[in-house]
Amino acid sequence: MIPRKVYMDNNATTPLHPEVKKELIKAMDVFGNPSSMHQFGQAAKIMMREARESVASFIGCSPEEIIFTGSGSEANNTVLSILACPSKQCSFFEGGRYKKVITSVIEHPCVMETVKCLSDRDIEVKYIDVDRYGKIKIGELEQELKKGPALVSIMTANNEIGTIQDIRSISQLVHQYNSLIHTDAVQAVGKIPIDVNDLGVDFLTLSAHKIYGPKGIGALYIHRNTPFCPLIRGGHQEGGRRAGTENTLGIVGFGKAVELRKIEMPAEHKRLLKFKEKLRERLKNKIEHIYFNGHPEDSLANTLNVSFPGAEGESILLYLDLEGIAVSTGSACASGSLDPSQVLLATGIPIEYAHGSIRISMGRETTEEDIDYMIEVLPCIIKKIRSMSTVNMGSTGGVK
Amino acid sequence: MNTKIDWAYSEKLKEHFINPRNVLEDEESYQDDGKGIVGNMKCGDEMLIVIKVDKEKGIITDCKWKTYGCASAIASTSILSEMVIGMTLEDAYNISPKDIAKELGGLPVHKVHCSVLGDKALKAAINDYYLRNGMEDKVKKDEARVVCHCMNVTGQEIEEAVLDGARSFLDIQEKTKAGTVCSSCKEEIIDLLDKYKKKHFEE
Repeated sequence: MIPRKVYMDNNATTPLHPEVKKELIKAMDVFGNPSSMHQFGQAAKIMMREARESVASFIGCSPEEIIFTGSGSEANNTVLSILACPSKQCSFFEGGRYKKVITSVIEHPCVMETVKCLSDRDIEVKYIDVDRYGKIKIGELEQELKKGPALVSIMTANNEIGTIQDIRSISQLVHQYNSLIHTDAVQAVGKIPIDVNDLGVDFLTLSAHKIYGPKGIGALYIHRNTPFCPLIRGGHQEGGRRAGTENTLGIVGFGKAVELRKIEMPAEHKRLLKFKEKLRERLKNKIEHIYFNGHPEDSLANTLNVSFPGAEGESILLYLDLEGIAVSTGSACASGSLDPSQVLLATGIPIEYAHGSIRISMGRETTEEDIDYMIEVLPCIIKKIRSMSTVNMGSTGGVK
Repeated sequence: MNTKIDWAYSEKLKEHFINPRNVLEDEESYQDDGKGIVGNMKCGDEMLIVIKVDKEKGIITDCKWKTYGCASAIASTSILSEMVIGMTLEDAYNISPKDIAKELGGLPVHKVHCSVLGDKALKAAINDYYLRNGMEDKVKKDEARVVCHCMNVTGQEIEEAVLDGARSFLDIQEKTKAGTVCSSCKEEIIDLLDKYKKKHFEE
């Protein structure tokens, strides 16, 4: 018997879309450098231009407002590092106007670590707390904005718990106080409709490999009137905003991936929402002492983060892996550090709930059979782990 | 994907994780001669070990356990329970995390400190046995006590580090990883450091 393989870790990365794969194979023959004036170069340039137009149209901006980067992390680093630019010639400098970053306590490590580094370089940093569902406290944000102009960086949707922020309201507030707003929309783009004009943001980060495109390619939207300073210098590529010969293959794959998202997203959203509801209901009925993390409504349809006190996350993950199901965990054991998920802790759940959490993130390939299989397998695993656990959940391990 | 599962863990560890031995199933009715519980929910590991002892021979005749923790916490306790049955109390007391890791066919470095708790729980269970049987003189309190709860470092490991050349708190941190997380045990470590320096090098 071929063991069943169920991939439910789509927030980590997604399988390449077969149509994207076809497009990539075709593009592999176009090897020219887009900067070259000869036909080889021009062929690559045209290919890249079309992909850029697709990405721009997908988020409602013009192609000149998109720069391609090596990853979503690079795009986030680029935006935040602007603040540390010491050059008076830099358009962003403006007499040191933005010497403060306001971000949230649930951002991705690539924002958290960069911001921490900025704070060592005389940039003031403020972290906005979240409520129990992972929504940022707007009142706290406004209090900070009142103190002077800042660059605000708030993610659109959280990778671990799926909670979606009201970026449109946040943008309005930020602009009201003459500040700039960046949003890391890596987990949101392709899962919910994203239009930069509707959101009103100055910067937005997106990435291809979360939406069935290739790895190693991200993009940054920069509003046309927003001052900017490159992170990687030394070339005229991307309008002088990101040096280095372009990853033409990645860009082509990105373009195809967003085109497919446009077609597939609406129906998929409905389907995954139904699956998530089913998972939530059935698991709740089968397992006692179960706690769902994240916002009950304003949350990504594909993401379900759930805690099982008394069962440790890495053990759950590995027992599921033995059954062919791939998920991720917020437990410390799996992180390589001693701390469990900072995102979960920021929502105020007890530390043992964070250690006992798993993230189920579905995708375009997820089927109803996969969901039924998960509902069948997971309660047995929780029972097994709890029966070995020092944290007593009763004789049945809390499984009904 | 092939059917063989590749983890960061050894085959033996996987096998013990999948089929854990000697899990304490009848906690209510189990008549133990010694019981030890160590761990810290903050770091996500907690472990309970119970033993039965042949009082005449001083040999462990049964060892059962429960653990809240990751795969290597489960597997390391499982394998420890097999190792100690038939062992003298003295030998069992001297089992170190390294011995357990070796028996498991190796452990990822970052797992040795945070997940191997079995030896500490076992020491606590043996001490409990001594106390219950009027053998207070045999209890080595400092040695068995977990000083650093984040990295699960005992007094014994601090003493070994001193014997191995550690002379300052920084040396202890480097050698044992004790006090490298929340640092709340710093004062206690410094006290022990002074105690063992005196014991081994000044008297």
